[in-house]
Amino acid sequence: MLFGHMLRQKSFGISILIFGILLIAPALLPRFYIYFLAVIFVTALLAMSLNLCVGHGMLFQFHHGVFYGVGAYTAGLLLAKTSMPWWLAFMAGPLAAALAGLLIGLFCIRLNRLYFGMLQISLGSLIWAIAFRWYALTGGDDGIHGIPIPDFIASTTGSYYFVLIVLGICLLLMYLILKSPFGSTLQAIRDNPERCAAVGIHVRRHQLKAIIIATFFGGVAGVLFVIVEGSIFPDLLFWTLSLEIFIMCLLGGWFTFAGPILGAAIIVSLRTFVGTYTQYWTLILGVILILLIFFLPEGIMGYNYRQLFRSRASEDQVESFNASG
Amino acid sequence: MLQVEDLHKSFDDFKAVDGVHLSVEKGQLVAVIGPNGAGKTTLFNLICGQLQPESGKILFNDDEIGRLPPFEICRKGIARSFQIANIFQRLSVFRNVQVSVLSQQRLSNKLFHPAAQLAVNETNHILESVGLLDKNADVAGSLSHGDKRILEIAIALGNEPELLILDEPTAGMSPDETATTMALIQRLAEKQGLTILFCEHDMEVVFGVAQSIMVMQQGRTIVQGDPQAVRENTEVQQAYLGDE
Repeated sequence: MLFGHMLRQKSFGISILIFGILLIAPALLPRFYIYFLAVIFVTALLAMSLNLCVGHGMLFQFHHGVFYGVGAYTAGLLLAKTSMPWWLAFMAGPLAAALAGLLIGLFCIRLNRLYFGMLQISLGSLIWAIAFRWYALTGGDDGIHGIPIPDFIASTTGSYYFVLIVLGICLLLMYLILKSPFGSTLQAIRDNPERCAAVGIHVRRHQLKAIIIATFFGGVAGVLFVIVEGSIFPDLLFWTLSLEIFIMCLLGGWFTFAGPILGAAIIVSLRTFVGTYTQYWTLILGVILILLIFFLPEGIMGYNYRQLFRSRASEDQVESFNASG
Repeated sequence: MLQVEDLHKSFDDFKAVDGVHLSVEKGQLVAVIGPNGAGKTTLFNLICGQLQPESGKILFNDDEIGRLPPFEICRKGIARSFQIANIFQRLSVFRNVQVSVLSQQRLSNKLFHPAAQLAVNETNHILESVGLLDKNADVAGSLSHGDKRILEIAIALGNEPELLILDEPTAGMSPDETATTMALIQRLAEKQGLTILFCEHDMEVVFGVAQSIMVMQQGRTIVQGDPQAVRENTEVQQAYLGDE
């Protein structure tokens, strides 16, 4: 019943195929590429969690990186400074991120669009300042390195599989959430909040719940970062990272389900490969952004959607679009 | 069912609603008429909570609703349509109506259950009753203007309202579309026993269908009564119909 609808989607088969290939990838690729893929997975989860707010809720979550950082710092500090079991530390990360999402969301949700985003940058920067300044606890600018990771996921391959499986579970959950009445209503609020209020929906409360869910997944991504890198540092909470993941959503297709994964893969690849030749790799990013605005305002995967919007679409097409992007 | 008493609302110095009285009885089809700028839309926005009145009372089933937010007013049983087609552009026609049905059934917060399987019959039933069932898979933004306005009414019906408020349901429609829409409104009132309050600036459209008419001018209520009484009222004749 729960999965029946999903299993009928064509895109579901493709997803399983990709997942299968990724499962055997460590046997075929050099270690660096395994690590590289794991970084893409973590970033993709982060961008996907942001897109719950941006693409599906039209909430301008400008400082989503903070929740990534809160998740990473919570798990990292608990692992490095306490004797708490690893699984408890891993669970604390997303919960702390969701709590931060609730607290910041409570203030921001009173404002609309850009003002929402501006206030979030301000409040998020406060959390960054704490991580940056509180040397005794966070190590300040240096951060904390060599965080003890449990043996079974300490190797490159071990962490790769762990991240892949968690990513798979999170994507499945996000998909189900977006297809649920909650997700459907969130998308309706995105299109027309005034109309939603007029049909009896408590718009602000619904948006706040979406923020909590999105920040929870952002926190999961933060924990995965700690597993892959074994370190935490204040840049995780800095606003430039938030901007980067925002661009990933726009680039991949923010009105689509899987678009942010593509956006994350492109930007992480640029940073990794072009970044080794020149530190000005963001120049290329800038050019891509300009092209994007002119030619693909709804992102790479959003292109299909525009075609769909022009012509009449059957429900199947709409459904498969929503599923695959 | 709905009583509006001496309602006032101004924007800066402009008095948009300045002493409005309105009464809607259960089962009635009531029209508000007045020239453009008479304050009809402002009145509806006040009743539905999009705006807050400065003074006066709005009673719905004897409850004061004048300062409630829109979603609470909706939950009390008042659904509305807007003058400018106010739909969910990116969603399919089916999902447009389903959103309000899910809200009515208090299912909007349900997680992890496919929305596609919920409230399907109720939603299709509404689409059938307004004649949009064959277009249920279309993206709402791709509909014709007339169909968007009908969809607008269908979304409001999803709330199973006691009172349905329609803001110029035929604005921008061709004469044919206007006739179809008015026939639909009459059918909803008669067959489903809905209480409907609507506004219109085209007098001919109104006199044919409304059981009670309230005439507004410059934010004030001139008179409310049955069509005959309104037609014979000298103040209305002077103010609105001209000296025919």
